[in-house]
Amino acid sequence: MKARVAIRFRPGVLDPEARAIAKALANLGFEGVRGVARTRIIELELETTDPAAAEAEVRRMSEKLLANPVIETYSVTIAEQ
Amino acid sequence: MRAAVVTFPGSNCDRDLRVAMEAVFGRPVKSLWHAETELPPLDLVGLPGGFSYGDYLRCGAIAARSPIMTEIARLARRGVAVLGICNGFQILTEAGLLPGALVRNMRLSFVCRPVPIEVATSASPFTADYRPGQRIALPVAHHDGNYVLEPAELARLEDEDRIAFRYLDNPNGSTADIAGVLNAERNVLGMMPHPERACDPLLGGSDGAGLFRSLLAALT
Repeated sequence: MKARVAIRFRPGVLDPEARAIAKALANLGFEGVRGVARTRIIELELETTDPAAAEAEVRRMSEKLLANPVIETYSVTIAEQ
Repeated sequence: MRAAVVTFPGSNCDRDLRVAMEAVFGRPVKSLWHAETELPPLDLVGLPGGFSYGDYLRCGAIAARSPIMTEIARLARRGVAVLGICNGFQILTEAGLLPGALVRNMRLSFVCRPVPIEVATSASPFTADYRPGQRIALPVAHHDGNYVLEPAELARLEDEDRIAFRYLDNPNGSTADIAGVLNAERNVLGMMPHPERACDPLLGGSDGAGLFRSLLAALT
C-alpha cells in the first residue's frame, strides 16, 4: 500500500524560497502570480493492506518526524495498489 | 564542573566547543557519541554546530530524534544546563526543548561573518558574566538561522525575559532580531552565533568566553 505525505509551511510562516521563486517569475515577465507556495512530498510504501491502519500510522510518522508541527502542516493520501 | 559535548554524524564544531570549554573550565570535557544512551553525571551538555545527518529532512530534525536526545531531554528536565549552538540550536527546537523553529535565511544566502550582538539578559547561567545590554561580536555561519516564532510565543518570551541575545544587524530575518533563547526554567539555551569561535584574541575576538565564564561560575 502506498502513502503520500504532503508537507507545507503553515499560513503565516514566510517561506523565503517561495518568495524568491515569485520574484524570479516576475522578473521573467510572468505577471499576475498572486502567491507561490512550496510543498514537499514524501512517498512511502507500507506493508499493511488496511487503509485506515496505514493512514493512522503515517499520521503518527508525520507528527513524530516527517513534519515539524511548529511551522508545518501535512496531509496524508493513501493509494490502493 | 562536569561537562560534555555531543558528536552527531556531521557535527563539525564539537572539537572547537570542547577546546573553548576546557580553556575556561580548566578541566577535561567529555565527548559523547550520539548513539549513547547511558550518560555520566553531568552539569552541562553542549550540542555543537555542524550539519548533523547532512541537514536531511530539516536541519536538526533527525539528530533531535537520535537515542541520546531522550537522555538529554531527561537531564534538561532535571535542571542540567544544555547549550545548543547553531545546529545544536536547531536540534533543541526540533526536540521541543525550545520554542519556535529555524528556517532558511530570509535572503537565502549562507552568512558567515562576525556580527554585532546585544546581550538581552544577564539573568541566566549562560549570560551572568555579561552586563544586560552589553554589545559583543560573535561569528555566525549558517544557512538556516531565520528564527520563526508565533506572536503569542514571542510575547511570552519577552514577558519572561527569555531572549538571551539579539542581533544588532539582523543577518537572517529572525523574528524580533532574536539570536538566542532560553527555556522557561532558564537551563537550556539555544543560539545561532558561535561563542566557541570567539574565545581567543588570536581568532579575532574573545567576546564568547564570557558565556563559558558564566557557566563556570554558575555550575561550580
